[in-house]
Amino acid sequence: MAAPESSAAAVPTLYTNNALRNAFGGVLAFFILLLIGVMAFSIRLFSVIKYESVIHEFDPYFNYRVTQFLAKNGIYEFWNWFDDRTWYPLGRVIGGTVYPGLTLTAGTIWWLLNSLNIPLSVETVCVFTAPIFSAFASWATYLLTKEVKGTGAGLTAAALLAMVPSYISRSVAGSYDNEAVAIFALIFTFYLYIKTLNTGSLFYATLNSIAYFYMVCSWGGYTFIINLIPMHVLLCIVTGRFSSRLYIAYAPLVVLGTLLAALVPVVGFNAVMTSEHFASFLVFIILHVVAFVYYIKGILTPKMFKVAVTLVVSVGLAVCCAVIAVLVALVASSPTKGWSGRSLSLLDPTYASKYIPIIASVSEHQPPTWPSYFMDINVLAFLVPAGIIACFSPLSDASSFVVLYIATSVYFSGVMVRLMLVFAPAACITSGIALSQAFDVFTRSIKFQLPGIASKAEVDAAETSSSTAEAQNDVVKAEKSEETSKNRPSKKSKKKEKEEKPLTKAKAEKKRLLALPLDSSVISLLLLILLGALYVVHCVWAAAEAYSAPSIVLTSRSHDGLHVFDDFREAYAWLRHNTDVDDKVASWWDYGYQTTAMANRTVIVDNNTWNNTHIATVGTAMSSPEKAAWEIFHSLDVKYVLVVFGGLVGYPSDDINKFLWMVRIGGGVFPHIKEPDYLRDGQYRIDSQATPTMLNCLMYKLSYYRFVETDGKAFDRVRQTEIGKKYFKLTHFEEVFTTHHWMVRIYKLKPPKNRIRGKTKKSKSKTSTTSSRAKRSGTGKKNPWH
Amino acid sequence: MGRASSKEDAGALFHSLRSAYAATPLNLKIIDLYVGFAIFTALIQVVYMAIVGSFPFNSFLSGVLSCVGTAVLAVCLRIQVNKENKEFKDLSPERAFADFVLCNLVLHLVIMNFLG
Repeated sequence: MAAPESSAAAVPTLYTNNALRNAFGGVLAFFILLLIGVMAFSIRLFSVIKYESVIHEFDPYFNYRVTQFLAKNGIYEFWNWFDDRTWYPLGRVIGGTVYPGLTLTAGTIWWLLNSLNIPLSVETVCVFTAPIFSAFASWATYLLTKEVKGTGAGLTAAALLAMVPSYISRSVAGSYDNEAVAIFALIFTFYLYIKTLNTGSLFYATLNSIAYFYMVCSWGGYTFIINLIPMHVLLCIVTGRFSSRLYIAYAPLVVLGTLLAALVPVVGFNAVMTSEHFASFLVFIILHVVAFVYYIKGILTPKMFKVAVTLVVSVGLAVCCAVIAVLVALVASSPTKGWSGRSLSLLDPTYASKYIPIIASVSEHQPPTWPSYFMDINVLAFLVPAGIIACFSPLSDASSFVVLYIATSVYFSGVMVRLMLVFAPAACITSGIALSQAFDVFTRSIKFQLPGIASKAEVDAAETSSSTAEAQNDVVKAEKSEETSKNRPSKKSKKKEKEEKPLTKAKAEKKRLLALPLDSSVISLLLLILLGALYVVHCVWAAAEAYSAPSIVLTSRSHDGLHVFDDFREAYAWLRHNTDVDDKVASWWDYGYQTTAMANRTVIVDNNTWNNTHIATVGTAMSSPEKAAWEIFHSLDVKYVLVVFGGLVGYPSDDINKFLWMVRIGGGVFPHIKEPDYLRDGQYRIDSQATPTMLNCLMYKLSYYRFVETDGKAFDRVRQTEIGKKYFKLTHFEEVFTTHHWMVRIYKLKPPKNRIRGKTKKSKSKTSTTSSRAKRSGTGKKNPWH
Repeated sequence: MGRASSKEDAGALFHSLRSAYAATPLNLKIIDLYVGFAIFTALIQVVYMAIVGSFPFNSFLSGVLSCVGTAVLAVCLRIQVNKENKEFKDLSPERAFADFVLCNLVLHLVIMNFLG
C-alpha cells in the first residue's frame, strides 16, 4: 500500500509500520464515518420523538400520496397516471409533471423491505427517507472533500454537513420532499465529476452521468449542476488549466447527461430547448475548439502554427459572427429569452414580484435576512472565507471548483431563502478544509516544539507536507517520529490527485520556521475544539426547537401544561367521513395537497400552482361578496369551502393574513378586483376602519361568522383588534364544521332555490304591473335566494 | 501582404499538417476514422431532418446524440490510448477500451429507450 519504492532495502519494519499506520488510519476513518452517519440520522429524529411519525408541511403530502399510489398500483400505472382529484375540472398529468426521483426511491425501498418480509408501511418509509439520505449525503461530502484536500478535511466536512441546520430544516424525519434525496444526488454528482477530473477515467465519467440522471429525476435544481460544471470548465480553460482529463470529465457528461435529462418526462425536450441548458452546449463547443487548437499546436511547428492562427482567425471570425447573430436573434425573439420564470427570478430578483405574483408569494422564495445566515450555518459563516483561502494554496482543478461552487451558491442563497440549502454543502466543504488546515498547523507546531523531535521533524514534515491525511492520526505521529531519516518520504503513496511538490525538503525548512509557539498552539487547539462544541450545541438546539415542527400539529405551552392543536387533521377527517367521495372542496392553494392526501376529496387548486388563472378564480371568489362568490364556486361544482382562521388562538399563518395575495393574484387576472378597494391607508384592516369591500368579502365573512360568540367582543388575537362587522348572517353558505380551536372552518354552498319568489330575473323594472306573486314586504331585498 | 504569400503560407501549412498527421500511429488513425464516420452520420441525419421535418423530435435527438456521443467517447479513448500523453501512461489500453465499451453500452441503452 504505502511502500516507499526507493528504499526497498529499508528495514522491513518500515514497510509494515507504514502499512500498519495506513490500515489503522483507514479503520479509524471508517468508524468515524459510521458514527457521522448515525449522528446525521439521529439528529433528525426530534420531530418523531416530540410529536409523532407524521408527514410534515404541505408538499410532502403530495409526494406521500404519489408514493402510496405507486406502492399500490405499480410503476406503469404511475407513469400513466392522470389525477382527476386536483385542479378540478382540469386535472393534472402526474406522470409528466412530477420529479419522480423521490417517489421512486421511497417506493423501491418500501418494495425491497416488504419483499424481505419487513412489513414497514409506506408512511414509515416516507418519513424516514430523508434522515437516511442525509447520512448518505454526509458520506458523499466526505468523498468529495477527500478528492479536494485529503481525508482529514473530508471527515471534518462530513461531520459539519451531518449537523448543519440549513440542511436539517429540509430533511427532518417527516419532511418528505425532493430536497431530501436531491442534496445527496447533488453532492454525489459533484464528487464523481471531481473524481473524473482528477483521474481522467472514463468509468467515473459514466458514473457521473448516471448520478446526474438521478439528480435530474429528483429536483428542479439540477439546472444548478448543468450550469456550474460548464462554468468551471470555462474557468479552467481561461486560467490555462486545460488538460485532456478536463475533456474526459466534461464532454461525455454533456452528451450522456442531456440524453438522460431528456428521458425524464418532466424535463423532456426542455433539455435541449431552454436557456438553462444552453451554457452547457456553448461550453461544449468552446471545449472542442480549444482541444482542437491544442492538438494542432502539438503537431505543428510554432511558425506554422502562427500561420494557421492567422488563417483561421481571418476566415473563421466572419462565420462565427454570422452564427452568433442568428443564435442571438432566435433567443431574443422569445419574451423571456428562453428562460423559465423561476430561473429568471433567480437572475433578476425583482422579476417575480413584477410579473408573476404567485412565485413572489411563496414564502420560501423570499430573500433571506442576515440573521438567518447565522441561524442556518452558524460557525461556518466565518470559516468559509478561511476555507476559500485554503483552497488557493495550492490551487488545483478540484479546489477551483469548490471556490466557484461557493461563490455561486452564496449569490443564489442571497436571492432565495430556499437555496440556502444548496449553499450549505459548499459551506461545509470549505469550512472542513479550513478547520482541517488549522488543526494541521497547530498540531504540527506542537509536534515541532516537543523536545527531542526537532531533528527528525524535517523528515516528518516532508512526509506530511501537503497531505492532511494525518491530521486525524496524532497518535501514530509518535510512532512515525522514531523512524530513521533513511525513510525517503513516500510522496507517491498518498497523493494520487494533487500536484507533486518536488521541493519537500525546502518546504520542511519553511515549515519549521513557520511553527507557532507551543502555548499559543495548544490554546488555539483548545479554542477550535470549543468552537466545534458550540457549533454542535447550536445545531442540536436548532434541530430540536426550530426545525422539528411538523406544522400540521401545533403545540403551545401555557401555565396549565401543553396544548396540542390538531385542528387540521380534525377537519380533514371530518371531510373524509362526512362528505361524499365526489364532493369538491375549495380552499386557498396552500391546503390542496393536504386535502387530497388526508381528506381524499377533489380540490380546485393545490400547491403545484401551475395554472395561474385557476388560482386567480379562487382568489377572486374569496375576495368577492357572497353572491358573486357563490356564483363562481357553483360554476366550478364546488360543494364545500374550507377556510383557515387563526384569530381565536393566535395562529398567524391563516387565510386572512394571506388575503393580500388572494387579492393580488385575483386582481392580476380579473380587473374588477382592485387592491385599493380593500386598503385603508395602504393597509389591510379588518377592524372598524376596514373598507366596506373588505367587510363584505367572502373571506371576511367565512372567517368571522359567529366569531363574536366566542368571547363577546370578537377580539382577533392575530391582528390584535376587535373585528369590524360582528353580527351578520350568511346568505349563500352554511357552516357545517368548525374545529375545536376554530382553526379550520368548513362551509357548504347552499343549493339554489327551486322557485324564485319575488321578481323574476327577466323583469328588472319596478312597475307595479308585475304579477301579484311579487312580495315586496318583509326583507325588502330583491334577492332571489330569500 | 500579397495574396501569393498567404497562398504559399496556406500551402505550406496544409503540407506540414499532412506530414505531421501521417506520423501518427495506425491505431489512432483508425479511431480518427471512426470519429469522422460518426460525425458524418450525424450530419446526414441533420440534413435529413432539415428536409423532412423534425417530427418525431425524440428520434431525431436520440439519433444525432448517439452519433455525437460515440464520437466523443472515441475521442476520449484516443486520448487515453495515445502514447504521447504523459498523464495516462500507467493506464493500460485494455482498461481504456473496457471503459469505452462500458460507456458506449450505457449510451446506447439510453438511446434505445429514448428512440421511441
